[in-house]
Amino acid sequence: MTTLEAVWVPLSLSLKVAGWATVLNAVLGVGAAFALSRWQSAARDVVDALLTLPLVLPPTVLGYYLLVLVGRRGIFGEWLGRLGIELVFTWQGAVVASTIVAFPLVLKSARAAFEGVDAQLEDAARVLGTPEAGIFFRVTLPLASRGIIAGVLLAFARALGEFGATLMVAGNLPGRTQTLSVAIYEAVQAGDDNTANLLVLVTSVTCVVLLVAAGRLVPPTRKAFR
Amino acid sequence: MTMQVTVRKQLGSADRHFALDIAFDSDSRRIALFGPSGAGKSLTLRAIAGLLTPDSGRIVLNGRTLFDSEARINVRPQERRVAYLFQDYALFPHLTVEQNIAFGLARGWRNPRRGASHPEARRWIDAFGLRAITGNYPGEISGGQKQRAALARALVAQPDIVLLDEPFSALDPALRVRMRAELRALQANLEVPMLVISHDPDDVEALGDHVLEVREGRIFGAAPVKGHPQVYAPASAHIV
Repeated sequence: MTTLEAVWVPLSLSLKVAGWATVLNAVLGVGAAFALSRWQSAARDVVDALLTLPLVLPPTVLGYYLLVLVGRRGIFGEWLGRLGIELVFTWQGAVVASTIVAFPLVLKSARAAFEGVDAQLEDAARVLGTPEAGIFFRVTLPLASRGIIAGVLLAFARALGEFGATLMVAGNLPGRTQTLSVAIYEAVQAGDDNTANLLVLVTSVTCVVLLVAAGRLVPPTRKAFR
Repeated sequence: MTMQVTVRKQLGSADRHFALDIAFDSDSRRIALFGPSGAGKSLTLRAIAGLLTPDSGRIVLNGRTLFDSEARINVRPQERRVAYLFQDYALFPHLTVEQNIAFGLARGWRNPRRGASHPEARRWIDAFGLRAITGNYPGEISGGQKQRAALARALVAQPDIVLLDEPFSALDPALRVRMRAELRALQANLEVPMLVISHDPDDVEALGDHVLEVREGRIFGAAPVKGHPQVYAPASAHIV
């Protein structure tokens, strides 16, 4: 295997996994954040805490939960298997693991962004005859977009660096489930310092670029908000 | 225009309690609710617009029932055809002046396009002399321009009534006098009825024929005929 391949194969897999995880989180995280920001209930804090759990639990614990739930002999595993969905030792499994690990980052940023939108602007749209779905897409979402984009970028960076849960669910199959962080671990274990250095450098640069982009988008500039 | 309003609502947390109990009828095109801040004027306005659901009561506008607790009628704010001018105008900060004014014309999930011309909006843009700033964002225009833009946005939707919440409180005194005269002239030229709430006697005198005084959540006194009712003197004025 050439050096280029040693970097490109895990890098492209990492980008594919993190990309899918980010798309899923953009939809699920933003949806959950909007629901939480509008839901008036005592149970809200409990639900919020449960959804934030992946941020504080060790990734290995999350990986274990996932195996219990979707593993071949897991609670939903058999049912998923009949649908032809195999998550253990597949890149799709890595997507599920990364999605769950990065989910709270989107949830937290998006919820803060939604709660920061002036409710009076939504009322203004309401009296102008705009249906509720229209208010969401025309007023709430655009005004919350900076916080949401920042959260989504953070989630992408987090998914890109995912290691523990991914390793437990998807394993370490070169070319199939071996992402950057897993490849680094293996290179170090094998004493292949050159490959390890290169992979570490590529990972660091990618993450720095993402974080700079996220920092540019939050906090919002004053001009955009009167 | 005819308007019958009965609104009752209990509001409050553990330590603070407020009871709103407003009832008035009017057939004036220029109604004013007058009273100190915290008297329940804004709550009444929000109830008429459908942004606040009363515990009980009835709101009828031109024979059309907007709310009736007994008949279980509660028309959504979107369908009330009631325009609302917010105290600080509530212009959408992410949209240009023209997009703001055309907002109510776009029905789908997308905002009116930036830079596109909207004939119905143009009429009001010209009427309010906003042509020069159609492409500007609300953060870039003056207080008077914001008020004109907000009025234009409200009128484009062809409402049955315009509710104005302390329309001049966000303006400095000199501009306040000018905008008050402008709004008065607008009332004279337009058919659309207006209900204004204010704590400022000058606003009430300029903009209201039927003046109702609100105090502590209730209608306290009324001056159905144009004149200078004694209720203009704030209740606490002689105590100090």
